Amino acid sequence: MIEFEINGKPVSVDADPDTPLLWAIRDEIGLTGTKFGCGIGMCGACTVHVGGRATRSCITPVSAVEGTSITTIEGLSPQDNHPVQEAWRNLRVPQCGYCQSGQIMQAAALLQDIPAPTDEDIDAVMTGNLCRCMTYPRIRNAVREAAAAMTQGNSDNG
Amino acid sequence: MANLLSRLRQSTSTVTGSAGAQTQSGSDLTRRGFLVSATAAGAAFGFPLTGQAAMDPEAADGVPPKPDGATFEPTIWYWIDSEGLVNVNIIRAEMGQHVGTAIARILADELEVAWDNVRITHVDSAEKWGTMVTGGSWSVWQSWPVYRKAGAAGRVALIEAAAEKWGVDPSTCEARDGTVSDGTNTESYASLVAEGLQRSFTEEELNALPLKPHGELRLVGKDVKALDIDTKTNGQAIYGLDASVDGMVYAVPLIPPTRLGSSVVSVDDSGAKDVKGYLQTITLEDPSGTVPGWVVVLGETLMAAKTASDYVTVDWQAGEHAGVSEEDINARSRELIADENYGAILPSDNPDSASAFDAAADVLEAEYVTQTVLHFQLEPANATVFRNEDGVWEIHTGNQWQSLILPTLSAALEAPADQIVMRTYMLGGGFGRRLNGDYAVPAALASKALGGKPVKLVFMREDDAKFDSPRSPSVQQLRMAFDDAKAVTGMDHNAAAGWPTQVMVPSFMPKGVNDEPYDPFAIDGADHWYDVGALRVRAISNDLANATFRPGWLRSVGPGWTNFAVESFMDEAAHRVGEDPLAFRLKHLTAKGQNAGSAPNSVGGASRQANVLRRVAEMSNYGNADLPADTAIGLATTFGQSRTMPTWVGGAVQLHVNRDTGYIDIQKMWLSFDCGTVVDPDSALAQCEGAALWGLSMALYEGTRFEDGNVVDRNLGTYTPLRMIDTPEMEIEFVDSSEVPVGLGEPGTTVIAPAIANAIYNAVGARLRSLPITPDAVVAALKE
Repeated sequence: MIEFEINGKPVSVDADPDTPLLWAIRDEIGLTGTKFGCGIGMCGACTVHVGGRATRSCITPVSAVEGTSITTIEGLSPQDNHPVQEAWRNLRVPQCGYCQSGQIMQAAALLQDIPAPTDEDIDAVMTGNLCRCMTYPRIRNAVREAAAAMTQGNSDNG
Repeated sequence: MANLLSRLRQSTSTVTGSAGAQTQSGSDLTRRGFLVSATAAGAAFGFPLTGQAAMDPEAADGVPPKPDGATFEPTIWYWIDSEGLVNVNIIRAEMGQHVGTAIARILADELEVAWDNVRITHVDSAEKWGTMVTGGSWSVWQSWPVYRKAGAAGRVALIEAAAEKWGVDPSTCEARDGTVSDGTNTESYASLVAEGLQRSFTEEELNALPLKPHGELRLVGKDVKALDIDTKTNGQAIYGLDASVDGMVYAVPLIPPTRLGSSVVSVDDSGAKDVKGYLQTITLEDPSGTVPGWVVVLGETLMAAKTASDYVTVDWQAGEHAGVSEEDINARSRELIADENYGAILPSDNPDSASAFDAAADVLEAEYVTQTVLHFQLEPANATVFRNEDGVWEIHTGNQWQSLILPTLSAALEAPADQIVMRTYMLGGGFGRRLNGDYAVPAALASKALGGKPVKLVFMREDDAKFDSPRSPSVQQLRMAFDDAKAVTGMDHNAAAGWPTQVMVPSFMPKGVNDEPYDPFAIDGADHWYDVGALRVRAISNDLANATFRPGWLRSVGPGWTNFAVESFMDEAAHRVGEDPLAFRLKHLTAKGQNAGSAPNSVGGASRQANVLRRVAEMSNYGNADLPADTAIGLATTFGQSRTMPTWVGGAVQLHVNRDTGYIDIQKMWLSFDCGTVVDPDSALAQCEGAALWGLSMALYEGTRFEDGNVVDRNLGTYTPLRMIDTPEMEIEFVDSSEVPVGLGEPGTTVIAPAIANAIYNAVGARLRSLPITPDAVVAALKE
């Protein structure tokens, strides 16, 4: 049994230690918002947060997350209203939507690390996430909008 | 095969128009067998009745809206319930186009209801829906007349019901926002429906209905909320890979060395026996002939199946094309082009160009080559299949052409068509890959071998790439005849490639003027709207390509390569006669003869193409921009997907060429579209953004090649589609128009590669005639 926390709830998974975290999340725990794209960590569709860090779950063995706290798209925000999700909806970023859980998780982690990213920062971080529908122009704009909303929110708070 | 095709023709030609032929009753709904598995919080389905294999993209569980109280169902395309809710039935697959949002609004506009009351249901695969296909950029274009009439039918019926109730003339009544009013009386659609309204319309009556004038459209062309987006931002959208059925086992395939003609000699799974969760290995018996020589490995979990598959050894007898390479395929194309016995000659005003070339003072010739391209839709192919308690085979997957694969599944399962139903999930990318639903066949065969037990078969990425129906490599040879005054007198376009339509559905192929059939999707674009005197377009099927792999329809299909040739060649021709490529094109877009266009789809003909070309020249400041060294703008223009449904596109690309490294820096792209009426402005823009970037990706960044009968690049380590960091700024406009709305999913793809090739020439004088254009190729061309 490998124990960790997912979206604030403790879970224990009875899986081979080498099982990629992605499949533990999807098939053992039953959270299917995290997607399978390439299996080699190069498309980013499987991105989740492990201890707050954006992590490619398809190349992370489940044994490596023992005792950690994991957040998936389902747990990013209780009301699905994280500023990144809001921006994604406002700018109507998704087309097929398959990569967007990963894009959103990557963007949320980016804005936690760099609250006011430059365009170069956005390109450098987000270029690791493939979007086959090529929604890149909107992803760029949505990250900018989310950054502005979060900065505004923070200054409002204090 | 013949049997299959006749079944396909049967299924695709049957369109029933009877209202509410198979409406679900309340008691049917209670029979819905929801089987939520113990572990999965995701969706789990099982539907004893075919009518329940539908999907609402707005709902977290995917279950379509149910009517409240009495319903009014004037056609099969929608119902209105007693609360005023309007549910619109969509036969198209959702793969990023927000297609239901576009189509439902066409209906809602004519019906005169508020958008907030509209829901959509992506329907099951019942025969009553007619041909179900999502491709060709056809969805809005084909739906426009059908859904307008359907909406108008409801409006007319509701107005007449209200008028009768009030004893007034219907012409004194008006409908708006789901309410009928005559100035004195007012009543909602909801209450009219609740009082009991039954009326259906014959095809004749539908055709006679008054449609709203363009100026009174209230939803078409306006910004409304897309119905599929919210669930794509919180992980709730349900794709084929998310399908879950109680008791299902997982399967991964072991794919034989050739796509066709392989057979299994022996299978040894002794090494897999110790893998925890390994179940068994099955050699598939396939009466449909879709997956010859396939073996699938089953496990209790996907990882168990995958891990076990690494320890299963299969000895295959490979098919005869196990050694075929990209070079072999292209050599065969050149051989076929050189032999006049092959190919279909397309209709044109004058397809006999021989005399023009005999009398020519000058002839320009060029050859263009495009490499194999993978779909690489981000959701790898997968399908979940089982036989439910009513004996019906349920196919849970994402699919773009249900009507094409269902007869094949019927043959594979040896079950009649009415015992098979497909539930179409959200597609994690289509791009044409899921027009060929072949990936559902091995899942069905595995379930069949297990007596109908639920099997979820998943392709790992490398398997998905290997089993892709890729865009065929192509070779095209063009020539143009000029008289001694440098006027164009004739043009030949010879194009050879694998033909998806010949391989998949030959009955769709029209015949050329020489009575030879051809794949329109593999040659569209070559039959351009330029007035060049005689135009001889010869479409050639590459038999070696067709025998080596399954050529696929890939976003924009033939126009993705024919326009690279045509539009590069138009620039080359302009330079040959010392004219500017823009002026040269405009001079030949005369809109005369067959290029004058015709109602309803191509009104204005080539004059509209000239207009979008002028527009992008203006937008990009082509010819006037003061640009640094080795930097230039290139132009191209196309008519999108086909002469029968032209989407007029102008494209301009500004780029810089690094002469030392060959690196191309794309600085900006401009596109102008005339697609007639823009139905869904934001989604139209999104489709054009994505299509243009696909064009860029295939021009510079992605492409693979065949080696030993298979594509060599099977994952992102070596297959390198466009990423954000290489995405340029874009400026896209739509020409104001009230003409018939035509498609936008693909057309933006078609102008980018030639515009880039032309810009490279304008920047540094090197002509690149092969896609993708690599830095090495640029450096080599500069040395010539």
